[in-house]
Amino acid sequence: MLSVGADFQQDFFHLFNLPARFQIDTAQLEQNFRSLQAQVHPDKFSHLSEAERRLSMQWATRVNEGYQTLRDPLHRARYLLARQGVDTQEETNTAMPVEFLMQQMEWREALEEAKQAKDAMALEEMERRMQNETRILHQQLAIDLDDTRDYDAASGIVRKLKFLERLAEEIGSAFDELDT
Amino acid sequence: MALLQIAEPGLSAAPHQHRLAVGIDLGTTNSLVATVRNGISSVLNDIHGCSLLPSVVRYAADGSIQVGHVAQAVQSDDPHNTIVSVKRFMGRGLKDVGEVGNLPYRFVDAPGMLQLRTVAGAKSPVEVSAEILKVLRERAELSLGGELVGAVITVPAYFDDAQRQATKDAAKLAGLNVLRLLNEPTAAAIAYGLDNAAEGVYAVYDLGGGTFDISILRLSKGVFEVLSTNGDSALGGDDFDRRIYCWILEQATLSALSAHDTRLLLTHARVAKEQLTEYPETQVTAVLGSGELVDLTLTREVFYELSQNLVQRTLQATRRALRDAKLGAQDIKGVVMVGGSTRMPQVQLAVGEFFGQTPLNNLDPDKVVALGAAIQANVLAGNRSSDDWLLLDVIPLSLGIETMGGLVEKIIPRNSTIPSARAQEFTTYKDGQTAMSIHVVQGERELVSDCRSLAKFELRGIPPMVAGSARIRVTFQVDADGLLSVSARETGSGKEASIVVKPSYGLSDEDITRMLQDSTQHARDDMLARALREQQTEAAQLLEAVDNALCQDGDALLDASAQARIRSGMDALRTVLEGSDHQAIKRAVEALNQATTEFAQRRMDQSVKHALAGHKLSELE
Repeated sequence: MLSVGADFQQDFFHLFNLPARFQIDTAQLEQNFRSLQAQVHPDKFSHLSEAERRLSMQWATRVNEGYQTLRDPLHRARYLLARQGVDTQEETNTAMPVEFLMQQMEWREALEEAKQAKDAMALEEMERRMQNETRILHQQLAIDLDDTRDYDAASGIVRKLKFLERLAEEIGSAFDELDT
Repeated sequence: MALLQIAEPGLSAAPHQHRLAVGIDLGTTNSLVATVRNGISSVLNDIHGCSLLPSVVRYAADGSIQVGHVAQAVQSDDPHNTIVSVKRFMGRGLKDVGEVGNLPYRFVDAPGMLQLRTVAGAKSPVEVSAEILKVLRERAELSLGGELVGAVITVPAYFDDAQRQATKDAAKLAGLNVLRLLNEPTAAAIAYGLDNAAEGVYAVYDLGGGTFDISILRLSKGVFEVLSTNGDSALGGDDFDRRIYCWILEQATLSALSAHDTRLLLTHARVAKEQLTEYPETQVTAVLGSGELVDLTLTREVFYELSQNLVQRTLQATRRALRDAKLGAQDIKGVVMVGGSTRMPQVQLAVGEFFGQTPLNNLDPDKVVALGAAIQANVLAGNRSSDDWLLLDVIPLSLGIETMGGLVEKIIPRNSTIPSARAQEFTTYKDGQTAMSIHVVQGERELVSDCRSLAKFELRGIPPMVAGSARIRVTFQVDADGLLSVSARETGSGKEASIVVKPSYGLSDEDITRMLQDSTQHARDDMLARALREQQTEAAQLLEAVDNALCQDGDALLDASAQARIRSGMDALRTVLEGSDHQAIKRAVEALNQATTEFAQRRMDQSVKHALAGHKLSELE
């Protein structure tokens, strides 16, 4: 394996020339992603030396990873918390507010019903509600991470978002099953 | 806002020799080769003026091999030895190919990939495909008057790792240097997008002879970004033929046909399908081996009904692709139709209705993929700076590993932009455990048994430790061809051991050498001469690249002694380059690569800094 320079290890926010905040300019992120890939993508190096081709693949991989991390709000929040040395305890901390758990159970039941009934309309309605709920949690994350710097509260929201993400995945597979 | 303009790494402004490179569409039904000449991408014809090469290979008893129209003409007379639609078998085992009963072949079950028994022996689909590629390579070299630097070969976007690896192996076997495996819909988008200066989100609906792909792409200022892709690598025009074939059997109450009759009726089915694109009804008339006459009338309405659920399956995949891209049908600005099977009126109608707009058919659906591949090949060969466009593609199917209870843990999710990598740490679960096995699979299902097994490998030599204290870091890397490699290292003990694992179905270099030697058309001398030429070409390219790099950045990034070391490596390579010892050239190339590693790294760091320099300027404004 090739040893890599200090720049290669740099922070994703630094790599994309963005302030390390939850609220970011996504248009700027996209634009910087493209500018970076335009420099490092393997297509630009295919006729060059092996050393350069290998470096290019490592860099392009890194830029893709950074883009995926910063583009997705949940990944971005996790990354910001990890930078602060905060463990989000997604595997270990299962203590959730009662009302959130109740709501989860309600949604799961509704999902099962919609799956049984092959009810696409109900699934779409669920998806909309989930997206709405996710948006509200993102707004709260912005406050906790960027303004009050309440990392415990932010970790709690990350754990909630992970629940929602799983549910969204299941709604996705329910749609897939409708098709087959 | 203007970005600072800097030259592409390694490319000087000085003119250099045009490198011959081609794009090849290795299709289920037909294959094509295209190239860029004088800035224009065009398909290369054979000596008879035909551009489409039927993907049909016939092995004769005397050892000769026929490819294309000649083989197609005799397919009913020699069905066992005439291989049609071999693409469907690439990277596939016997159990993957559902309709073996309907096909006139003698299959051989072999580990990893099936084989076909012919009069010339058992042939792997890789070898059959290589015969098609050889003909296209010869056509290109004849028509362009020189040896090819390399080729971009297109594959269905929904091809998994095994199918991609098989395609790459076939190209190697045909003596082609693969510059890139390019997804067919993406290739079509390049040809279409660059022609039309398109901007916005487009869908590419690609229904070929044996495969279906749907890709959703965002085209913006020369960037082709694939947002999602979906499809079915076993759904295409052949299936429409087979529906008609089954209808014929049913209508004429036929059963237990000979291989000859099967091939004959499949051919009639295909002709009937093509007729129905032009006419509302068609006549199916055939005389079987027994003398029995089949004479039926097939109408469009009946054909639409027979094939309705095939069309529906393509729309289901389309819905999934849209959902993954988080878009609706109304967000799509245009639908580009690719593949000969999109000529069928029922397909045009269904797609038009689904997207609420008339699909785009302005490029020949048979040629657009090859044309796009040629444009990409021209860039990759270094003939044209690609500063003005960039291609960002994705992996079509999730990669995962087997965990407890036969479940899959996803490592790299589908539709991740490639190249992509992810490292995962594993540990031992027993005291003193010195080996562990890792099973890599591809697919979206939860159970390992429902996914495609890519590789099983064992990590050995783990130092004996207490359970849970070894740390094995396994890295999964998907390169720009969408191909996976796996490496592992033990970090818990501080001792690092690294291995690289290739999927089990891939051909080893020895396999390829053996196949090349088996091939009667390749005498050993030819091979050595070819190896030497390839090595010389690579060396010359490397020298040119290093020379340009030194001119641009040598003084800025390297001190005098570092420059001198690189120059002496270049001199050493130049000395052996004129000789005929390809091993010596290889060693000198490796040494020079080694000597330039640090330099390459500094240049890359500099490029990355430059990439965002423009934004810093804009912030000052």
